[in-house]
Amino acid sequence: MGKPLIHRSPMPGLGLSMGITLTMLSIVVLLPIGALLAKGASFGIGNIWDTVNRDRVWAALFLSFRLSLFAALFNLVFGVLLAWVLVRYRFPGRRILDAAVDLPFALPTAVAGIALTALHAPNGAFGSILGQLGWRVAYTQWGILIALIFVGLPFVTRTVQPVVEEIEREVEEASATLGASRFHTLRHVVLPMLAPAALTGFALALARAVGEYGSVIFIAGNIPLVTEIAPLLIVIQLEEFNYDAAASIGIAMLLISFALLLVINLIQVWSRRRIGHV
Amino acid sequence: MSDASALARAAAPDAPRARAFRAATDESPLVRWILVAVAVTGLLVLVGAPLFVVFSEALAQGWSAAAKSLSNRDARSAIRLTLTIAAIAVPLNAIFGIAAAWFITKFDFRGKAVLITLIDLPFSVSPVVAGLCIVLMFGANSAIGGWLVAHDLPIVFALPGIVLATLFVTFPFVARELIPVMIEQGRAEEEAALTLGASGWRIFRTVTLPNIRWALFYGVLLSNARAMGEFGAVAVVSGKIRGQTATMPITIEMLYNEYLSVAAFSMAAELTLLALVTLLLKAALEMRHADQLAAFRRH
Repeated sequence: MGKPLIHRSPMPGLGLSMGITLTMLSIVVLLPIGALLAKGASFGIGNIWDTVNRDRVWAALFLSFRLSLFAALFNLVFGVLLAWVLVRYRFPGRRILDAAVDLPFALPTAVAGIALTALHAPNGAFGSILGQLGWRVAYTQWGILIALIFVGLPFVTRTVQPVVEEIEREVEEASATLGASRFHTLRHVVLPMLAPAALTGFALALARAVGEYGSVIFIAGNIPLVTEIAPLLIVIQLEEFNYDAAASIGIAMLLISFALLLVINLIQVWSRRRIGHV
Repeated sequence: MSDASALARAAAPDAPRARAFRAATDESPLVRWILVAVAVTGLLVLVGAPLFVVFSEALAQGWSAAAKSLSNRDARSAIRLTLTIAAIAVPLNAIFGIAAAWFITKFDFRGKAVLITLIDLPFSVSPVVAGLCIVLMFGANSAIGGWLVAHDLPIVFALPGIVLATLFVTFPFVARELIPVMIEQGRAEEEAALTLGASGWRIFRTVTLPNIRWALFYGVLLSNARAMGEFGAVAVVSGKIRGQTATMPITIEMLYNEYLSVAAFSMAAELTLLALVTLLLKAALEMRHADQLAAFRRH
């Protein structure tokens, strides 16, 4: 006899809570994702490959992934710095700064998209200055990068902040007592403690950026092969009622997302084994 | 050289030169100053500037032009639609979150970890792919969608589809706030109420709810902000029919593409104000009820 599927419990509400949970999960998430996979299955793996294996699709997938990686790397460095500054230092305006970190979570992506475009367009506040330096941001890959940095900004800070709060000063004091310079302590004692949380935040920011649509399409210019992101290709195929092609690209993106999710979980397992908690 | 420091040195000739005390676990003032400057500048450029631009562009032709652009029929219909969607999707989301958290934390069953992963799944799916999934599931070309359209109950390019897309992208918000809080609180209080003969509903209302209300509010807040602002998933399922299925974010896109900058940014400013109120409430909650929020007990 194996373990029972559900342990007997006197707690009320089993049927109701299980029913609501599984019904809503199925209707909202599982069946729609199943419909995508079923569409892919009926279209056939060969056909999916032929759809995805075109220059325009590869260019879009590669662009989305590459720029998301750069944006997440920027956010990794800036996010750790921000977490450190917000937890360890006291300065006027710290609370406002702390709240501002969450703005990219709260601000609708379309709003972020048009605001960033207005800012970086050739006649915008930043765009006109950068333009004189010969640096075009809007309607180039730089613009996409800025938008992806914006949407991924909170992830690393918010995963690292609680860890910084929990670091015991004694550890740093011990390091200092043993003669380590402040830089040496930060590099060899503090950073390794922050690494697992920072990597989790990095992977979350990456996953978010790969699928991002709203904040990017306004500033991107959407030139095929150059500034066309993968989610936009899906939208274009749908507007042409080309459901098979849309599903093919959607499945490719879903696979990338699942791979990232797997990486996030592996990081967490690894860090739990290494430092005992996440 | 002041008299005081000269006196001090005379009193303790071996003391090092007088300077501000710095603990071994602090960075030097210069390093600290540089780090704070980088943080402040970075956030001003990345977050502050876009925020400012939304309002300056909205008011580029004065208050009356902004107000006028928000009072026409299409704008009002977009605002009404967005409020309707949030009014349907957010309570459904809260009910799901409470049910899922109750099921996961009050019972022991196999596959719990899988269930939690599935609930979190929407966070790692692109909103556009989410919209695509709903189109493929309920669109006129699918078996279910065809039947529903034949019975005059269209889902895609209509309100139910937008609500479904919104539910998809906000799905984990409430549940993932409640689950850690309810795990930490354990079952002892509910079990005590049970032995005293309380009914299930009464246990929930008088024992569980007071313990989770702030976490619930926090989850609802986040889920509402996302519901009113969702663009990618809604863009795919809505069909963007002006005056019918164009939500506020979709209307912003249409106005912007028609070069109606003031109108686009005025509507954007409304959503930005909502985002700022959300952040304000969130910060207040975190300050006052940090001990009852899940976000502060992870890691």
